[in-house]
Amino acid sequence: MTLLVIIAIVTLASALAAATLGNLMHAALNLVLSFLGVAAFYFFLDAEFVGLVQVLIYVGAVAVLIVFTILLTRRDEEKKNGLPWGGVLVAFVVFGGLIWAIVKTPINSIPTPHLATLPVHRIGQILMTDYVWPLQAVGVLLTAALVGALILVMEEKP
Amino acid sequence: MDLDQIFVIAKQQVLAWLTGAGASVGVVQVISSLINIAAVLAVFLTLFALISVIERKVLARIQNRYGPNRVGPFGLLQPVADGIKMLIKEDIVPRRADAIVHFIAPVVMCAAATLTLCVIPYGRNMTPVAIDGGVLLFFAAGAPAELAVFMAGWGSNNKYSMLGAMRAIAQMVSYELPLLLAALPVVMITGSLSPDEIVAAQGHYSFGTVPHWFAVTPWGAVAFLLFFIAGLVESNRTPFDLPEGESEIVAGHMMEYSGFKYALFFMAEYFGMFAVSGLGVTLFLGGWNSPVSWLEWIPSYIWFFLKLSVLLLLFLWIRGTLPRLRMDQVMSFAWKFMLPMAFVCIVAAAVWHYAGRGLIGWVWSLAIVVVAYLPLTKLLWTGKQFAVRQYRFAE
Repeated sequence: MTLLVIIAIVTLASALAAATLGNLMHAALNLVLSFLGVAAFYFFLDAEFVGLVQVLIYVGAVAVLIVFTILLTRRDEEKKNGLPWGGVLVAFVVFGGLIWAIVKTPINSIPTPHLATLPVHRIGQILMTDYVWPLQAVGVLLTAALVGALILVMEEKP
Repeated sequence: MDLDQIFVIAKQQVLAWLTGAGASVGVVQVISSLINIAAVLAVFLTLFALISVIERKVLARIQNRYGPNRVGPFGLLQPVADGIKMLIKEDIVPRRADAIVHFIAPVVMCAAATLTLCVIPYGRNMTPVAIDGGVLLFFAAGAPAELAVFMAGWGSNNKYSMLGAMRAIAQMVSYELPLLLAALPVVMITGSLSPDEIVAAQGHYSFGTVPHWFAVTPWGAVAFLLFFIAGLVESNRTPFDLPEGESEIVAGHMMEYSGFKYALFFMAEYFGMFAVSGLGVTLFLGGWNSPVSWLEWIPSYIWFFLKLSVLLLLFLWIRGTLPRLRMDQVMSFAWKFMLPMAFVCIVAAAVWHYAGRGLIGWVWSLAIVVVAYLPLTKLLWTGKQFAVRQYRFAE
């Protein structure tokens, strides 16, 4: 339980730091820490596969992508702007919506389901049978993104 | 006493003694994990010390010189001297460096490398962390290592470091895909992400002599080669050591590190090499299984470490033989050759499976690999003529 609280505090603190730090690179690295914290939560919930995929995708791919983007686009050192009020407004609206949804959901009426830990083997089977169409759709989407990226960087023949 | 299980039994006895002495279940669990961690660290730190001197010896022999031979017999105590030197060196942090990031980078790198070592089965019942998604954990633990390299390069606030880190990330990201895809056929065929089950699936023999290792099948052999090459890149070894490129960018991301932090980077790199070789052995070379059935009396961990040493010597041999590639060559090799071949491996493995996993499947998958390989190399052929180089010296 104490471990859970510590992880929660670290996750939230690093997420807050990621949102507020002026140094973009520090913010990105803090975001990685909060990704890892979320992965730790998945492990606590016995969702081993989801936790590992979280680390693999978010730390291995998304974070590296963010870091690269910062590197390639950084023109001048951290410019201090005022608070981006539009962003604040959107954040509050989303936050309010989430709170409203959570309050509206009758949590206590759901009996705690007794779930066995899903082995990786079973996840693969379900993905390949029940969820094969969503899987294929995601595959097509990613391929389209890849092809698009290739077209963007392709050298134009004179 | 069964020699094969001697370490397992020893650990069980320690735990049984602890339980008998009145330790609670939680404490025993923690101690059990600690024993595993200590064993992994002890074995691989020793191996690290050994390989650092063996590497210099082998390289020296390849280059026609003696190598370290002053400290201890045959220079075997060289790592001790190196360690002491590293410890008493001044720890220099550049004034403009980002002190925190600069400090954390080697730590993260080391932690990630050590974590990858934990999922490999070193012998029968000898997997430090036996979880269901072990192979996935291996690749997931490799992800922070990439970030650590980047942190080192960026935190040093030096353009050579930054260039090294950019190169490192570019090639690591590019080769992670072939690495994963080369491991995929094995996962597909065994239907499991657990290294233990993958090893168990390779533990049979035809006619008592031909082991059922995946490297014996055509798709397995190709996938193993791809895996090995991608492993070379992931551990930043020659001919893919562009991130360090001594002649161009000094030492890349490790440039501003001295003393023990540098030693940590060095260690993490070797740990990464051990881990990738270990996973290669696990996935393709039958793990701790013996190559022929009548040698099964030799303990499983001895087989594992024999295979591991063969792969490590291959690493050293390649380092002593091949020159460094150019960045565009590294990239185009990954995307134009490795990736298509990895896909072909997946198809060939599927055909092998549906043709009954026997001789017919073997021939079919060989045919698929060859049919894909020939046009691919034809397409990538640059038509460059290679002749014996004419050396011209100042006269």
